[in-house]
Amino acid sequence: MLDILMIEDEPNIAEAVRFILTREGWQVGLHPDGLGGIEAIRSEKPRLVILDVMLPHRSGTEILAELRGDHDPGLAATPVLMLTARGQASLSLPQADAVLAKPFANDELRAMVRRMLN
Amino acid sequence: MPDRPLFLERASFRRRRLGDAARVLPVLAAGLILVPVWWMPAQVSFAAGAVWLFGIWAGLIAAIWALHRALRRADAATLRASQAITQDDGHAL
Amino acid sequence: MPFEALVAGCLAYVALMFGVAFAADRAASRGHVRWLDHPVVYTLSLSVYCSAWTFYGAVGYASRSGLEFATIYLGPTVVFTGAWWGLRRLVRVARMHHVTSIADLISARFGKSNRLAALVTLIAVIAATPYVALQLQSVSLSFEVFATDSLTDIPLAGGGGTALWVAGGLALFTILFGTRNLAADERHHGVVTAIALEALVKLTAFLALGVFVVWGLADGPADMLDRIAARAGDPGWILRPDRWTALLIVSGAAVIALPRMFQVLVVEAADEDRLSTAGWAFPAYLFAMSLFVLPIAVMGQQMLPADANPDLYVLTLPAQSGQNWLAFLVFLGGFSAATSMVVVCTIALATMISNHWLVPLWLMLRRKPQGDDPEDLRGFVLNARRLAILAVMAVGWVYYQATGGTAALAAMGLVAFTGMAQVLPAMIGGLLWRGANRRGAFGGVGSGFALWLAMIFLPSVGIGAPPPVPQGVDPLAFAIFLSLAVNTLAFIGLSIFGMPDPVERLQGLSFVSAVDPIRHSRLARGADQAEPLLVMARRVWGAEDALRFFQAEAAFQGKSGYLPDLTPRFLTRLERRLAGSIGAATAHAMIDSVAGGAELTVSDLMQVATEAQRAKEETQRLENARAELARTARQLREANDKLTALSVQKDAFLGQISHELRTPMTSVRAFSEILRTPDLPDADRDRFAKIIYDESGRLTRLLDDLLDLSVLESGQAQLSITPANLHDLIERALSAASATRPERVFRVDREPLAEYVGVITDPDRLLQVLINVISNARKYCDAEPPALAIRVRRTLRGGAQIDIIDNGSGIETARQALIFEKFARLNDPARAGGAGLGLAICREIMANLGGEITYLPGQGGAAFRILLPRRPPVPVNAGLRRA
Repeated sequence: MLDILMIEDEPNIAEAVRFILTREGWQVGLHPDGLGGIEAIRSEKPRLVILDVMLPHRSGTEILAELRGDHDPGLAATPVLMLTARGQASLSLPQADAVLAKPFANDELRAMVRRMLN
Repeated sequence: MPDRPLFLERASFRRRRLGDAARVLPVLAAGLILVPVWWMPAQVSFAAGAVWLFGIWAGLIAAIWALHRALRRADAATLRASQAITQDDGHAL
Repeated sequence: MPFEALVAGCLAYVALMFGVAFAADRAASRGHVRWLDHPVVYTLSLSVYCSAWTFYGAVGYASRSGLEFATIYLGPTVVFTGAWWGLRRLVRVARMHHVTSIADLISARFGKSNRLAALVTLIAVIAATPYVALQLQSVSLSFEVFATDSLTDIPLAGGGGTALWVAGGLALFTILFGTRNLAADERHHGVVTAIALEALVKLTAFLALGVFVVWGLADGPADMLDRIAARAGDPGWILRPDRWTALLIVSGAAVIALPRMFQVLVVEAADEDRLSTAGWAFPAYLFAMSLFVLPIAVMGQQMLPADANPDLYVLTLPAQSGQNWLAFLVFLGGFSAATSMVVVCTIALATMISNHWLVPLWLMLRRKPQGDDPEDLRGFVLNARRLAILAVMAVGWVYYQATGGTAALAAMGLVAFTGMAQVLPAMIGGLLWRGANRRGAFGGVGSGFALWLAMIFLPSVGIGAPPPVPQGVDPLAFAIFLSLAVNTLAFIGLSIFGMPDPVERLQGLSFVSAVDPIRHSRLARGADQAEPLLVMARRVWGAEDALRFFQAEAAFQGKSGYLPDLTPRFLTRLERRLAGSIGAATAHAMIDSVAGGAELTVSDLMQVATEAQRAKEETQRLENARAELARTARQLREANDKLTALSVQKDAFLGQISHELRTPMTSVRAFSEILRTPDLPDADRDRFAKIIYDESGRLTRLLDDLLDLSVLESGQAQLSITPANLHDLIERALSAASATRPERVFRVDREPLAEYVGVITDPDRLLQVLINVISNARKYCDAEPPALAIRVRRTLRGGAQIDIIDNGSGIETARQALIFEKFARLNDPARAGGAGLGLAICREIMANLGGEITYLPGQGGAAFRILLPRRPPVPVNAGLRRA
């Protein structure tokens, strides 16, 4: 079972995040597109979702809203960490458990994920 | 400017009478060509008939020419007159 | 005169006609139509009425029946006395509806019924075939006069051979100048100018002969009249009132209804005003052609042997008198008469056959799912016409060969006249009476056609006998009166007892009141629907003409671009312009099928009728003011939409820049931290370093683009203007762009010769635009196999125009207006790495170069047009700074 499922379309950012978190001992999965993102969460049932806001086909906020509305209450409550490149202006995403602005320090990412998984 | 509308009326009156003439002309032409042949075919079948026919033919051509020239001028005059009035209206507004 | 010299002179004359037609066509295509449109040219072209039947046959007719021959020319004269209110109105209504033939006129008036048009076409074809044969016969007969006249007295030219050569040459001429293009109005300047010249030759030849006969052979007019008077008592010459009247009616009908006459009188007329000159000048032409007919006939009978063919007096009389040059001139006149009739008649018949038989049949046979068939209808129509021309000519020749051409000329001409006269009641009724309807027209034309076939046509070709007629009545006059009476009664009767459908009532209103019809439509308004119409128009007119028409219509509505709103006005104009190419019925059906026009109901019709009535009552001034207001409102709305969109975009712009900068920055920052991890394998270290390098490059490119854009937008870009060759630039752009998705192999369709266009511009900047557009095509074209077409044209003002068209699925209408905006591709699923500034930069570059780049809808793929001015404008601020 996956610890973390990341939905991110920029391959280089995805690789960096995966590299950082894998070294911490977590199982990290990747889905590169907004399309099918919610299905990936349903099938993988990860403990944490890292979600980019701007994705092709379906935005991160749409996926988040759908996840929160899922009929399985356990899945709907999955903790979500949003990544945004829109600067400080868009840090208020009420349905997300945490928001991280790009670019971020690696320690910041590690600390945030650790806190959310425990 | 009481005389301007009067001018328009006269121009369009003339134009209408010319229009009537244009409608009558074909009937007249058909009559001139048909009636003698029905009336006395034997007399109009030779030299006299040829003179008669070509005579009215030439007359008809001249009549069409004169009529069309008059109609064109009358149209132009009507147009000028109505334009003059439209312009005056424009000033008044 | 030696036969070889005759042939040589004849060929030289033919070459002259080809040259004149060619020169006139060229002048017309350059827009020099003023002298081509002169009323005198129009009047002379009407003289195609005087075919070889007039030229040779009138004298023959006169020598058999005396003055009766004059009916054939007096009938048209009477009709032309009504030119002012009758013919002008006919021409105006026909031009308003872009009518292409008499069949098209009838069909358009009676609810755009193609079956009616097909019936009229059938009559025209049956009536005209013997008539075309007659012309071929007259040419070969006149050749034989010269051929047997030589010393050996042996016929040098077999009749059939000459006729075949003539038919072939005429087919070539007609195809060359009659089917050159498929214009929105069926005008043929080359053909009309050539036949106008031929009209002069005809007239000169006949007048010269007449003068020679009256003053050379006879002793002046008085002597001539005496000689005519000497014929008194000849029973054949006594005029018969019934025949006299019937022939006047039939010839008056023929001058309008014969396919060739309708072609020159109505279809080739630029507007109705030229009839004020032709109204008297054409009767004068007929007068001049008729004046010497009787003298020539009388002299021929007195001077030539009794067994000489009266139909050839005009040739044999001067030849017998040793006047070889005069004989040759007369020969050329007769040749002109025959050829001009055949050419115009064939064009008219070919238009009818292709528009009303072949095209509807073809459209019916290949009914495909709408909108996505790229086939070239224009090519089909032109080829159908060429085929029809060859067929008409071939049938005429076969007919001549089969009958042996023994019938007297006069009889064959009258058969055609009486046939086409059957169309007249429906035509006049349709123009004057709103109650006339399609059933009436079918009944009238159909019954008249049947009676004509049985009583006149079939007996004339030797099938069956003419029906018995009452004692003392002339059979031909009886047949004419009976067929026209039954025709008219059926037309009126069936019209009274039938109810026209709404389309028909609308057309009836438009024809009878001579007002512009308004096409009712419940189609969705908006640009989305205009694109399939553009695709359809392109199939008929070709891309360039279709785009020009759509752009002009959009501009009239105050819109930019190529897609006007589907207003009733636009649909009406589009349908009528299409009707000018393919006929009213087909155009109506095509627009309905593409735009999904709803059935017209009676209540819609009432609404349209009241609208039309109101529009008529309003003065032109109010109309203009309202149009102007609507245009301004539309422009304002468009400006407002743009401003709203712009302010939203301005807000989004900063966020987008932020996003585009932060994304590579994230990778750079994350990996540079990772690189500090001590126990990293070397392979990973190298890969991560490369990622940092790539992403910082991406950052630099983005910053470059932004800077470039801001410089361009401020208009302060430094341009280095030099002459350049578009061919080289395109070559370089293609090779530079091939680095984008190199795995895709594009078939590039170019026209290398057309590309050698010199321009004065900034070549590097233009190259940047070309590379960008071509790279985009490589990235987004989803067709398999992918293809790219590049078309370069010189524009009228000395600039250049480059179209770059791929065969992919193109850009949907809603997004077409957005693609040139900054970051337009941001939400695009297919964005391939770039930030979406490329086309925005292209647009700014083209603005700086004084040109523009636009998206061309409806080209079967994504298509961009780059327009370059003759030279870039001098930047204003540059001049100020220097000063």
